[in-house]
Amino acid sequence: MEVPILKQGFYLIASIQSALTDADLSQLREALVARVGKFRARGVIVDVTALDVMDSFAVRTLRDLAHMTRLRGAETVIVGIQPEVAFAMVQLGLTLKGVATALDLEEGLVFLDRQVKARSDHV
Amino acid sequence: MSPKDRPSPQQQPASIEDTAALLRELVAHLRQNRTQLREEWARRITRAQLLTAMTTEEIFAEATSVYDNYVEALETGTFEALQAYARNLSERIIPRGVETHEVVGIVLLLRDVLARSLFAKYHEDFEKLNRILDAYEPAANRIANTVAVGFVQERERIIRQQQEAIRELSTPVLQVRERLLILPIIGVIDPQRARQLTEQLLRAIRTNRAKVVVIDITGVAAMDANVANNLVQTVEAARLLGATVIVTGLSPEIAQTLVTIGVDLSEMATVGDLQGGIEEAERLIGYKVLPLSETTAST
Repeated sequence: MEVPILKQGFYLIASIQSALTDADLSQLREALVARVGKFRARGVIVDVTALDVMDSFAVRTLRDLAHMTRLRGAETVIVGIQPEVAFAMVQLGLTLKGVATALDLEEGLVFLDRQVKARSDHV
Repeated sequence: MSPKDRPSPQQQPASIEDTAALLRELVAHLRQNRTQLREEWARRITRAQLLTAMTTEEIFAEATSVYDNYVEALETGTFEALQAYARNLSERIIPRGVETHEVVGIVLLLRDVLARSLFAKYHEDFEKLNRILDAYEPAANRIANTVAVGFVQERERIIRQQQEAIRELSTPVLQVRERLLILPIIGVIDPQRARQLTEQLLRAIRTNRAKVVVIDITGVAAMDANVANNLVQTVEAARLLGATVIVTGLSPEIAQTLVTIGVDLSEMATVGDLQGGIEEAERLIGYKVLPLSETTAST
């Protein structure tokens, strides 16, 4: 199932609605990395609230996605990781190092706003 | 109570029907002498100073129902009803402080009382007495076993329940400010508790929409590599939910152990004490706490 990508101001929001296959995840990564440039996005939010399992491939894909979009000028934040999923992830040693995380979509937007503001202040 | 010189060959030919017939006879005997036997039993319970937590009337009432259940188990040869009754009885008497030895004691007393009555009844026919006892003893022992096991199981269930409750109580997650939680940990952290702690914290982060969590381990006496790793995992899991964790109150001993055993805590934000931790957390969330005099002066 293809994940819909919404544009909201400077940000792209990908809201995962159901369990994804590895191919779907790769497709999501490619689509987001491409659209960051197309829409000149400053931030990307990936909402994983609906996922009740995160395997190593999913975690690696999300981490790569975050690093790739950063190289293209957009900060990525993963939002909505469920407590049980988080617990399982740390037990498996999958910790999304170097990737921003937030509680939910709202928090993710707040985080990106602050991030973008800090960067534009800096300039 | 069995005579040493019992002629053992006689046990073999007793077939199942024989045993059933003997048990029927036995049950009829016990039914007939119900009043007298259970009075004798209650008397012996009191004399042996068992069930001191209960009044004489209560003992008599319980004795009556135990007696009836006992006879029924002998008659039917099924123990489910007795098991259920034993559980039910245990549930009622455990909170009153009745000990295991008392429960086992009264069941054994009943066994003795009934055996005595059998001796009295069949003392003229030793042969018959032997066969009756052959039928009675295994059943009686099994009943004693069932009741004792039921009691102990019930006690263990209660103990488990209480442990659970203590564990729940021992890890409160407290909100001290909007979006700021503190988790004071006191006592020993074993893997099971660490797991429970993490789960509780993650749930609390979600429900309270927490941004910062201060974990205070002033009350943790010792820490080894496992516990430290559990702590690191807790911190990482909280981060995945978008919360920052600050650990406070590491004692000098713990700091020394951690560095000596080489646990990597570089990912973890640590502050000396709980006060410092809360101040740091407030700064992260964007609070600034000022004395009232200063705020009025500045406005």
